[in-house]
Amino acid sequence: MPPLRLLDRLWEAHEVHRRDDGASLLWVDRHLVHEGSHHAFRKIAERGLSVAEPGLTTAVVDHYAPTRDRGDGGASDDIRAMIQRLEVNAKEHGIRCFDLRNPGQGIVHVIGPEQGLTLPGCLIVCGDSHTSTHGAFGALAFGIGATEVAHVLSTQTVWQVKPKAMRIRFEGELAPGVGAKDMALGWIARLGADGARGHAIEYAGAAVRNLSMEGRMTLCNLSIEGGGRFGMVAPDQVTFDYIKGRRYAPEGAELERALADWAELRTDEDAEFDREEVIDAADIAPVVTWGTSPEDALPIFDSIPDPSRLPEGRAAKVASALDYMGLTAGRPLAGTKVDQVFIGSCTNSRIEDLRAAAQVLAGRKAKVPGTVSPGSMIVKAQAEAEGLDRIFTEAGLDWVGAGCSMCVGMNGDLVPPGKRCASTTNRNFRGRQGPGARTHLMSPAMVAAAAVAGELTDVRDMLKERA
Amino acid sequence: MAGWSQHEGLAVSLPVEGVDTDQLIPARFMSAPRSEGYDKFLLHDMRRKGDELDPDFPLNRDGADGASVLVAARNFGGGSSREAAVYALYDAGFRVVIAPSFGDIFSGNAVNNGVLPALVSETDAERLHTALAEPVTLHVDLDNCRIRAGELDVPFTIDPVRRTKLINGWDDIDLTQSHAEDIAKFRERVAAERPWIFLD
Ligand code: SF4
Repeated sequence: MPPLRLLDRLWEAHEVHRRDDGASLLWVDRHLVHEGSHHAFRKIAERGLSVAEPGLTTAVVDHYAPTRDRGDGGASDDIRAMIQRLEVNAKEHGIRCFDLRNPGQGIVHVIGPEQGLTLPGCLIVCGDSHTSTHGAFGALAFGIGATEVAHVLSTQTVWQVKPKAMRIRFEGELAPGVGAKDMALGWIARLGADGARGHAIEYAGAAVRNLSMEGRMTLCNLSIEGGGRFGMVAPDQVTFDYIKGRRYAPEGAELERALADWAELRTDEDAEFDREEVIDAADIAPVVTWGTSPEDALPIFDSIPDPSRLPEGRAAKVASALDYMGLTAGRPLAGTKVDQVFIGSCTNSRIEDLRAAAQVLAGRKAKVPGTVSPGSMIVKAQAEAEGLDRIFTEAGLDWVGAGCSMCVGMNGDLVPPGKRCASTTNRNFRGRQGPGARTHLMSPAMVAAAAVAGELTDVRDMLKERA
Repeated sequence: MAGWSQHEGLAVSLPVEGVDTDQLIPARFMSAPRSEGYDKFLLHDMRRKGDELDPDFPLNRDGADGASVLVAARNFGGGSSREAAVYALYDAGFRVVIAPSFGDIFSGNAVNNGVLPALVSETDAERLHTALAEPVTLHVDLDNCRIRAGELDVPFTIDPVRRTKLINGWDDIDLTQSHAEDIAKFRERVAAERPWIFLD
């Protein structure tokens, strides 16, 4: 047997058929759908098709979920209609649905793992690009478009061409105050927003092994922002400990069997990758973005890029981004005033993210308003049991319900035009958080620090004050 | 979906890097039913200054009407999986997008709607942008993977699987249904080897 990579093992375990031209028909273990799937349900209805495996399909209300006043008052008619459309489709096809009344409701990429639906060795698809999050469990997980969603609904399979394999190894140890978000934005800044296109990324190395599942999910979540549709980490004891006891996870003898199977999900020592990048974790500092693409990221102690020092093509792009962002070239990033903060999204809304933010905010006041939206109602309940909600509200931030919220603004939670938001989300695209909104991406601890300072600042100074 | 292998149409140049799916169609329009037509949402915010259409934006200029080929820049269609980004392009009449790199999910979605994402080198993209100071008719030859306009003749690439699909106008659901037996057998394999996958 030639040495195999995790990608090869996962691919082989799901390949139903390979065509001569290289296209693979893959079996899907978990299909997650949200309100945006209305196009796909319409497509299958038009063709008179039914859902092939309702039991392997899970519906979630998240993109349009109101985060405040979740009764009837919290949503406009349009938004309510989107949510109802999903509920009706789920009911009609016998699909389990995490609707607003469900105590497990939350963002699709948070609740999949939380409910034990996401397991090592699974092939997981969802009509959402951040499906790569689930790869943190050693799963083959990727986002698909509406035509593909309709295909998965009706056949439980998906056509794919096997991507090339890339490994990003983070060797060594992270410094205190630095985490998975910094690792992710760091490599994307280095390789570019299309740097990993055509590749499935396996994250490895000591600094990845030392991450919690939450951290691994953040790292895998952002794979798509660097152009990689897949991100994955080989499962280990940290993974198995996370899974045990979760609602839909196997138990008893079946769990034993599963654990034996999952232990095989790894990359062989001598396996080769099409591409390999090695990053020294000790070199990573807290990162913030300054522009309108996740690749526009720099360590907090750096300065805003100066177009006059850049080659022509690049200069125009940077100048346009700075104009949109309302930033002055050459000024230090630290000290940039922010108008508000947001902690949430499938990137950084899990319990550890909230703890990291609360650690900075405890006993301090936020100088600017902000919203904290936990990734699920279960995360919300746990945070409340730990008293984190009081830390946020006493600091002056709003503590709201679970959903995508201000990550994409579909539910009406928007950053007003021209306002600057320090955000734990994943996209600083123009208009992403609302028309004209200016987004700076960073870790939850860095957002908390920005809230306290009212400006972009190095969280490590605040953590030192505490020590 | 009808297959095609030759396309001739007016091309416009949009030399802006990183036109992501949030630019192609802002999220707030995505609850609309497709039957309404998504053309009005295409690059909605990018092509406006305030509430007015920006007359200098390439797609708004005189002579850009009826364009069906878009020559774009690096990392076109990066970002979300929203197929609505392709619906907006398609409903506005576009059948070909040319760029030096594309978001991967976008490329797949494009092909699923009969739209060609043609990959060209940075240098060839530059040449096309230069040739398109004004909209020009381009000939896109999917059989030979070439783009031609007068003297200009540049190669493009596309994943061969996607190329075949565009030419044949294949519908994946139809194709897959011919593998129904393989799928049923595979399901049995999953049930035997990984029974925990099936939930009660
Ligand atoms: S939180 Fe944001 S990125 Fe994540 S699934 Fe929701 S909209 Fe998409």
